[in-house]
Amino acid sequence: MSISDRVIAIIAEQAVLEPSDVTPESTLEELGIDSLGLVESIFAIEEEFDISIPFNANEPSASDFDISNVAAIITGIQKLVSEKV
Amino acid sequence: MKRVVITGAGTINSLGHSVPDTLEAMREGRCGISALEFRDVERLAIQIGGQVRGFEAEGRFNRQQMTLYDRFTQFTLTAAKEAIDQSGIEFHGDLAARSGVVLGTAGGGVSTWDDNYRSVYEDGKNRVHPFVVPKLMNNAAASHVSMEHNLKGPSFTVSTACASSNHAMALAFQMVRSGAAPAMLTGGSESMLCFGGVKAWEGLRVMSKDACRPFSANRNGMVQGEGAGVFVFEEYEHARARGADILCEVVGFAMSSDASDIVMPSKQGAARAMSGALADAGLSADSVGYINAHGTGTAANDKTECAAVAGVFGPHADELMISSTKSMHGHLIGGTGAVELLACIMALRDGVIAPTIGYEEPDPECALDVVPNEAREAKVDVALSNAFAFGGLNAVIALKRI
Repeated sequence: MSISDRVIAIIAEQAVLEPSDVTPESTLEELGIDSLGLVESIFAIEEEFDISIPFNANEPSASDFDISNVAAIITGIQKLVSEKV
Repeated sequence: MKRVVITGAGTINSLGHSVPDTLEAMREGRCGISALEFRDVERLAIQIGGQVRGFEAEGRFNRQQMTLYDRFTQFTLTAAKEAIDQSGIEFHGDLAARSGVVLGTAGGGVSTWDDNYRSVYEDGKNRVHPFVVPKLMNNAAASHVSMEHNLKGPSFTVSTACASSNHAMALAFQMVRSGAAPAMLTGGSESMLCFGGVKAWEGLRVMSKDACRPFSANRNGMVQGEGAGVFVFEEYEHARARGADILCEVVGFAMSSDASDIVMPSKQGAARAMSGALADAGLSADSVGYINAHGTGTAANDKTECAAVAGVFGPHADELMISSTKSMHGHLIGGTGAVELLACIMALRDGVIAPTIGYEEPDPECALDVVPNEAREAKVDVALSNAFAFGGLNAVIALKRI
């Protein structure tokens, strides 16, 4: 599975949806993922890829990690995975 | 109903090892938050906290006691001794038989759990010290206070996360007010600043890596602290009869449950606790001069709390002062309400309002007088102390100058 498919699978599981229902343009809000669900998704993604995502729930927009939609999250993960030694 | 007064106070926290030291630090707006020091701290993403420094437990307690006292118990006993010494109360006979200890803690002996899990899981040992259970149990501190000071009445521990101390003090207040007990030792303590304790909090991603800045637009989360606060709550006539120095009166309290979300706070739940405390005390909203805020420095709490204050107090919300001393001592979780009650006592007794330090940018969603950065002199007749816990459990206490 590609990084993109793996991220979508995690987000879909959190949203209790089929992966096919999660599109790159979907926002977490549209998928029904609240702040707790977001923190859980980030944890699951970190575990899946063995990376650390710089995310503070108090200032989601202040971190470098863009969560505005699924595509942005995938791009961020791809970057973090590629930076991993 | 009996009147209830506070005749003794004790504390240890990152600002000081006593009430005078802590109040001096609050007056000066000192920050007790700094780099954490303990084993494996380098494996944490969050490496700051309000840690108690220079506390030599080994000098205060003997070897036998040390095998039974987790750090949260050590803090409690230290604070309880200061409170009882100040109060001058001595528990003998009927007074001893009817007086008890109600304390709050969220985690109890967290570092005892942590040390012993490390020992069996990481170090592969198959044996732990025989007193691990009595050392880590949440009621250990309350029990040791009862033993040390001969309190034989109702004693127990309350655990409601960040509101534990306020719930505990509210219950102690109820017992003295109802006449069930002539005096109660009450407050709370917490000591979670160890690898497992901070690691667990990190997971929620609500912790700041640099500072606790309640109400400031650039706030980025909470910072943990540790320590204890313990008070002597005493029936007014009993205190007067023995010529005790009365610090202030406890006049009301209220508890409420949000019944909505396990971590997100609710404006309505917070508001109901504040207005309930005023109603219980028979006070009007405009009599309140100071509120010690829950003020955790998270995005969610501070704006919800300010909205709740605005809702309860209406136009008077702009007249009163509200500060969060967590900016200085950090969030003591189950012990936090007890240490924060000291700021209310200082406001009532000394006319000094503890500041919210680290305040850098106004936030339109927190547009109240948060006493930014510097303490202020003001005459205050009534103060509230707020505590709003995870799980949506709220407890607010009302104090009055005497």
